[in-house]
Amino acid sequence: MPLDSKVPGGPLAEKWDRHRFELKLVNPANKRKYTIIVVGTGLAGSSASATLAELGYNTKTFCIQDSPRRAHSIAAQGGINAAKNYPNDGDSIWRLFYDTIKGGDFRSREANTYRLAQVSDNIIDQCVAQGVPFARDYGGLLANRSFGGAQVSRTFYCRGQTGQQLLLGAYSSLSRQIAAGKVKMFPRREMLELVLINGKAKGIVVRNLITGEFESHEADAVVLATGGYGNVYYLSTNATSCNVGAAFRAYKKGAYFANPCYTQIHPTCIPHSGEYQSKLTLMSESLRNDGRVWVPKNAGDKRRPNDIPESERDYYLERKYPSFGNLAPRDISSRSAKEVCDEGRGVGPTGYAVYLDFIEAIERDGIEAVRKKYGNLFDMYENIIDDNPYETPMMIYPASHYTMGGLWVDYNLMSNIEGLFVLGEANFSDHGANRLGASALMQGLADGYFIIPYTIGGYLAGKEPSELKADHPAFQEATREADERVKKLFSIKGKRTVDSIHRDSGRIMWEYCGMSRNEEGLKKALKLMQDLREEFWQNVLVPGSDSDYNLSLQKAGRVADYLEFSELMIIDALERRESCGGHFREEYQTEEGEAERDDENFCHVAAWEYDGYGRPPLFHKETLTFENVELSKRSYK
Amino acid sequence: MTKDTKTINITLKVWRQKGPRDKGRFENIPVKNVETHMSFLEMLDVVNERLTLEGKEPIEFDNDCREGICGMCGAVINGIAHGPERAMTLCQLHMRKFSDGDTIAVEPFRARAFKVVKDLIVDRSPLDKIIQAGGFVSTIVGGAPDGNALPISQEIAEKAMDAAACIGCGACVAACPNASAMLFVGAKISQLALLPQGKPEAARRALSMLQKMEELGFGNCSNETECEAVCPKEISIANIARFNREFLKAGFGSSEG
Repeated sequence: MPLDSKVPGGPLAEKWDRHRFELKLVNPANKRKYTIIVVGTGLAGSSASATLAELGYNTKTFCIQDSPRRAHSIAAQGGINAAKNYPNDGDSIWRLFYDTIKGGDFRSREANTYRLAQVSDNIIDQCVAQGVPFARDYGGLLANRSFGGAQVSRTFYCRGQTGQQLLLGAYSSLSRQIAAGKVKMFPRREMLELVLINGKAKGIVVRNLITGEFESHEADAVVLATGGYGNVYYLSTNATSCNVGAAFRAYKKGAYFANPCYTQIHPTCIPHSGEYQSKLTLMSESLRNDGRVWVPKNAGDKRRPNDIPESERDYYLERKYPSFGNLAPRDISSRSAKEVCDEGRGVGPTGYAVYLDFIEAIERDGIEAVRKKYGNLFDMYENIIDDNPYETPMMIYPASHYTMGGLWVDYNLMSNIEGLFVLGEANFSDHGANRLGASALMQGLADGYFIIPYTIGGYLAGKEPSELKADHPAFQEATREADERVKKLFSIKGKRTVDSIHRDSGRIMWEYCGMSRNEEGLKKALKLMQDLREEFWQNVLVPGSDSDYNLSLQKAGRVADYLEFSELMIIDALERRESCGGHFREEYQTEEGEAERDDENFCHVAAWEYDGYGRPPLFHKETLTFENVELSKRSYK
Repeated sequence: MTKDTKTINITLKVWRQKGPRDKGRFENIPVKNVETHMSFLEMLDVVNERLTLEGKEPIEFDNDCREGICGMCGAVINGIAHGPERAMTLCQLHMRKFSDGDTIAVEPFRARAFKVVKDLIVDRSPLDKIIQAGGFVSTIVGGAPDGNALPISQEIAEKAMDAAACIGCGACVAACPNASAMLFVGAKISQLALLPQGKPEAARRALSMLQKMEELGFGNCSNETECEAVCPKEISIANIARFNREFLKAGFGSSEG
């Protein structure tokens, strides 16, 4: 079945305006008769909840943490893009759109990406109105900085804590609506089932993480804003609770999962050090504005970095990509780091690190200027690594950071299941095969503040408000399924901890489905993953009980999902016989080792449908058509 | 990882409590061969894996981002909220700050307003309720003017950012002898009172947030400054002074009083 993206007709720049006009409206007095469930309180979920409530809808909002202020959007450091063109350096909606679509290696949906650029300016205005303390210049106007993949300065920021400030802005609007009684907030809940009635999304079953009880919640529409699946690699920059659970539950109920193999490996993270390691810490990409990336020219050079003379250093990004240099996009920078390390030129105790050197910036601008820009990041590095980056270059290595793949959605951000909407990182639509820096915050807030409030109205208009009760048999059935799964996890009583199995599965994915992939490795990974999944269900050990707070139990459920989901990722990576963005298939590269796209055969979205446990998923295709940009070879040389 | 890997042996004296109604007690857990490059939470992870394999219940503790920004983690380490290092959350504390043979006491954040959920986990939802009482600008999506329509001096923007950096972890409450949330409230009041966007509601906000704080069982401020000392984001008590000024202004200078 071909997928209908429901992209409106007409010229690109007029599509959204026209669509907003054509969407049906819900009468203000009727909005209060509808209930909307929002799962997740990151940028997308908080902004959606607040805005839907402002419009008058009854909103029920769920999050896994103890408070809606904690979701992992909060950790985004660098900034948020917008096409304001305040620095007068040639930016425009069109340029932001083009950079984003090119950055995504022409694998995103043109109309969605254009709309994202279009509403980017409104996001900044909205956040300023909320009291988000953006950085300002001496005249009191908003300041900008540069980010990877762009040659204009369009990134707005709050020191190194932009995500935090934007999230707290959305959280403040959400808090206001909670106080007004329009949002009912349910923290420490984990969504375990999506409930469909007559094929439409009508509610969810959640587990109360404090009491262990299952709760049923009914609604007229369900909005998932549950983030990405970067923790599929075990080690990632994601928070420990980030998981694919909610999206995967929806997939198992029939929602299509699009492009799961598109994952972003971020080039500037603190390298791995030991077996006990629980996460990898990101160092903001903004560091690449002033830091120069290098490795020794000769393999096996073990001298201290400051003892290696200029002539024996290889500033490989500047050498290979002279026009973008150290600001080459993330996928390219990451892959280049892997290449030089695989050549034996990596540094640090493991040989899997490269230098990020600030000496030139310190000499040019003075140590104080560098401290002012990056002080908190340098402190963080020193605390973790126990080394002073003002004196010795930082060591960095790529780590799993973001996932471009996600549940398939149409132009209205509705999945193929009616009434199920998916926002932010959890959907697939705007970033193609690679996301540019400072675009995740933009997309999360665009979806929540400016898109879903219109499109959900178009869905609800003309539909009778639901009179469902949560005792409908569909809820009982979903609760039974969730309960059975929990009981099964406890009953195994094996010999391996949840974390130890997750570490193994993460290693398999990193090795064979990480920064570069090939058919042989992927096929091997598929087998390894199936074996590991079997081992999990026979040998996992979940301690404690199911009637109080039990993190091991929560994690066991999430790892079970990851084990199954990994297989989907591998299948997608196998089927995509081309290289594009973050998906680098070794068989498909140019003589210079750059990614080689195959537009003739793979200019499409791969959307996968669940077909039962242990059976291969069914493939659906949305062909991507580009009416306004020419598919060019993505070059940053 | 740049310096040599070292291991130490320690004894954890950790608070175990089944739930809010359980009395709770300390449990001594010897931990051998702790790599000093581990973070404190990674050390707890290793202990928990061991407890699990021994058929015991792991130590429950809140954590999420593990990079010091989400505000989810926190415990009192040897009597100090978030541990001995300044300007640091518990997740950023590393074992290299401890010595071989140390006994390390680990307790939950204690305050009248924070109930213990289990072991080291406490319920900090009262902090959310304080924000709901007025920690926002009453603006809605749709009508915001251009971001540059309202110039804000760099100095004011920076001061507002200093206050806005609060991560809502609750360490200030745990450290205060009165279990007051004045630093938390003062930071939010300051951020919004400094900025022109927040001024129209400044008086109402100061009054209602303070009232809510008292209602929820937090104590008052008696200038102990313990809050500032443990704050992982180094929020200054100048914010409490600013809050007091806002409160006085609200009381005497406006119709809100």
